[in-house]
Amino acid sequence: MTTDTLLTVDDLVVEYPGKAMFAKPFRVLHGVSIEIGAGQTLGLVGESGSGKTTLGRAVLGLAPVTQGTITFDGQDISHASRKDRRALSRHLQVVFQDPYTSLNPSLTVGDILAEPLGIQGITGTEARARVKELLDRVHLPQDAMSRVPREFSGGQRQRVAIARALALRPKLIVCDEPVSALDLSTQARVLDLLLEIQQTTGVSYLFVSHDLDVVRHVSHRVAVMYQGEIVEQGEARHVTEKPDHPYTQRLLLASPVPDPDRQAAKREARRAHAAAQAA
Amino acid sequence: MTDSTSSPRVDGGTAPAAAAPSGQSGHVLRSSPLRRLLKSPTGLIALVILAGVVLMALLAPLLTSQDPNHADLTAVLLPPGGDHLLGTDSAGRDIWARLVFGSRLTLAAAAVAAVVAIAIGLPSGLVAGYYGGIFDGVANWSTNVLMSLPAIIVLLAVRAAVGPSVWISMVIFGVLLSPGYYRLTRTAVQSVRNELYVDAARVSGLSDGRIISRHVLSVVRAPIIIQTAIVAGLSITVASSLDFLGLGDPTVPTWGVMVSDGFKNIYRQPISLLWSSLAITLVIGGFVLLGNALRDSLEDLEKTKEKRAKPAGGRRARPVAVEVGTEHHLLKVTDLQVAYPQPRGGRKVVVDGVSFHVDRDEVVGIVGESGSGKSQTAFSILGLLPDNAILTRGAIQFDGAYTVAPGEDHVTQSRLAPLRGKRIGYIPQEPMSNLDPAFTIGAQLSRPMVTVMGLSKKAAKQRALQLLASVGIPDPNRTYHAYPHEVSGGMAQRVLIAGAISCEPDLIIADEPTTALDVTVQAEVLDVMRELQQRLKIGIIIVTHNFGVVADMCDRVLVMQDGSLVETGAVRQILHAPQHPYTRMLLSSMLEGKTPMTHLLADSTAGSDR
Repeated sequence: MTTDTLLTVDDLVVEYPGKAMFAKPFRVLHGVSIEIGAGQTLGLVGESGSGKTTLGRAVLGLAPVTQGTITFDGQDISHASRKDRRALSRHLQVVFQDPYTSLNPSLTVGDILAEPLGIQGITGTEARARVKELLDRVHLPQDAMSRVPREFSGGQRQRVAIARALALRPKLIVCDEPVSALDLSTQARVLDLLLEIQQTTGVSYLFVSHDLDVVRHVSHRVAVMYQGEIVEQGEARHVTEKPDHPYTQRLLLASPVPDPDRQAAKREARRAHAAAQAA
Repeated sequence: MTDSTSSPRVDGGTAPAAAAPSGQSGHVLRSSPLRRLLKSPTGLIALVILAGVVLMALLAPLLTSQDPNHADLTAVLLPPGGDHLLGTDSAGRDIWARLVFGSRLTLAAAAVAAVVAIAIGLPSGLVAGYYGGIFDGVANWSTNVLMSLPAIIVLLAVRAAVGPSVWISMVIFGVLLSPGYYRLTRTAVQSVRNELYVDAARVSGLSDGRIISRHVLSVVRAPIIIQTAIVAGLSITVASSLDFLGLGDPTVPTWGVMVSDGFKNIYRQPISLLWSSLAITLVIGGFVLLGNALRDSLEDLEKTKEKRAKPAGGRRARPVAVEVGTEHHLLKVTDLQVAYPQPRGGRKVVVDGVSFHVDRDEVVGIVGESGSGKSQTAFSILGLLPDNAILTRGAIQFDGAYTVAPGEDHVTQSRLAPLRGKRIGYIPQEPMSNLDPAFTIGAQLSRPMVTVMGLSKKAAKQRALQLLASVGIPDPNRTYHAYPHEVSGGMAQRVLIAGAISCEPDLIIADEPTTALDVTVQAEVLDVMRELQQRLKIGIIIVTHNFGVVADMCDRVLVMQDGSLVETGAVRQILHAPQHPYTRMLLSSMLEGKTPMTHLLADSTAGSDR
């Protein structure tokens, strides 16, 4: 595990400055540690406000690191400069939750996909060829290149966002709730696409989601966040099926199943669990 | 109202690669801004006027052979005609020549003011909006100072200090106008700075300069263009005013100087005042109209609305009786079809031939993906469809009386208004955006009870507290006095549920009531709804995309796809033995209980972490 660890986050603290002039800073993450192996997926579950998105943003350099270290591919990137980030962007990419705001509405899909390539000095026919290849990879038609995002449905836009993340053949993609804005059937197809890409390219994912079912589906290992801390982490099957921590148990019991009788039983189990916790 | 419906339907999911132009095909909806500008009468008039003036300025030497500054004291204040097309002024100068050459200066003055204002306001607004921090603070302070200066007094002071020059005046005026651009730019930039696509560009390693030029500048382009049209008009007003007051440079021919001269001689040669005033009015009017037309074409979406045919005979007549034998249904929707007119003509059908009923003490789920028409169906029942929606077919009856009778093309609000809130409650998807941040929760809860049920304020408060307790809010008194931003999303949704049941409705329509909530909160909110339903024996319609919610709550299920009902039945029947391929596809998309792909992979590779 140590030899092919791609990302290590060690005792990470993230604080945002308080709103008033001398207010106490607001601590979002209280000493979080995670590890992601090469070609692996770490699922990060938690509810809104748990800090799961902040952890992803800290890895991307979009949130301030107050304490602790983030090591990516053997390099400390906790306080990477803008220039280091540019070099890093080749290996570290992102897919955001909302495919409606993560794509600039005034650029064509071709321009959106060529943008990261241009930064790394890939232009002209080479870039065009790569864009075509990317569209293929995410199963979008070639003529998508000259169209603007609003001409696509949510699922198709998310494919564009995934293609943009893949443009530079990164080693790690931070997926921040990539399917929660999508319809059920679309969601399943986008997840399949992400898995397919992992199998063919060996990319690692930090997969942030509030949905335990989704996380179970795509993750090798799962970490559960609650109020800025990781309360449980381990092998995916164990955490998502027989969790040890009461909070994870609560999360598992709260997610409804599509069967009235099993759901009724689950509801009872949830109430019993709540009563047991309260006692 | 015949069914001339060409119905391009919204494509819900990710169509596979083959299904070419699908999704919310934007190109159907919008034409290019320039074309829209030319199509609007005001835009066209403004462009014609301004183009005329620009041509006049460019072709000035060709339009007149007279020297605008050549004074001929033998021919002062001549009426129009002869050698002098529009006559001469008090110094015997040719008015037409001065008008033509004056247009050059007038336009140039406007351009100088606008360019200076943009040159100062735009970059500072970009930097302040994008980086914030100290620069933002200093810049805000400076603009506040600039805006508090009375422009005309500053201009007079400058004139006194450096002498009469239209250029210096316009540069100063440009500086005074720059806060307008600064604020506009700063606000626009701040709103996109936190957009995800800017974050994505940052992750890609794009430099700030490139992010601003690629992603941010495009957002401020439209407001800047509009503002410039208005600023140009304003500059001409100010430049002309200064000249009129005799504070301009007397050696150059400007329209303001001409107005001044004409005004002084208004009793001797009234017509000489007309030409320059007319020119100023036309140009300023042109800029104002252009600004308005630009705003319409750049910022507003086209909204298509069909003219409704006036119903033959009086509308208010005939309270049609519902079909015999259906009165006992709490709600019955028959063959409902809802359509929206399209900009290119034709209509888009979003709900097509939907029929179902809901009885008392029954929970019915409407399931479907986005664009399936499930929310449109719910809103038709509530009478909350947008103005341009047309009920092309069908009827809706509530408790034995039509709210939409067969043959009516829209909801009659007078029939529905007494029902809504009182007998039909509504629980929306976004709890936060459905509470007014300016009022306490208590005020928002008790107000309808006072107006709709006629309770006294005290009784309403009492009841509101009871309701808050009944939806599982631990400290009703505190929540009653809290403002919406002081409670969590789950609490807010409970407040709205309390609101929906406050007037003891018979039917509640819940539109994705738990979609915005965390899963643990969702479970609790559903518990609250179930318990209330069982206690009050009300009918509930739940619109949702989540089969888990359906299993948890519903007695019967309707499955919708592309506006049509594809399958209906008891909840067990639908979930255990779905008949329609679409229902099967939806259920098979559920991840619950499936063997994840990664498990298989993990087993084959090193599954031995820790």
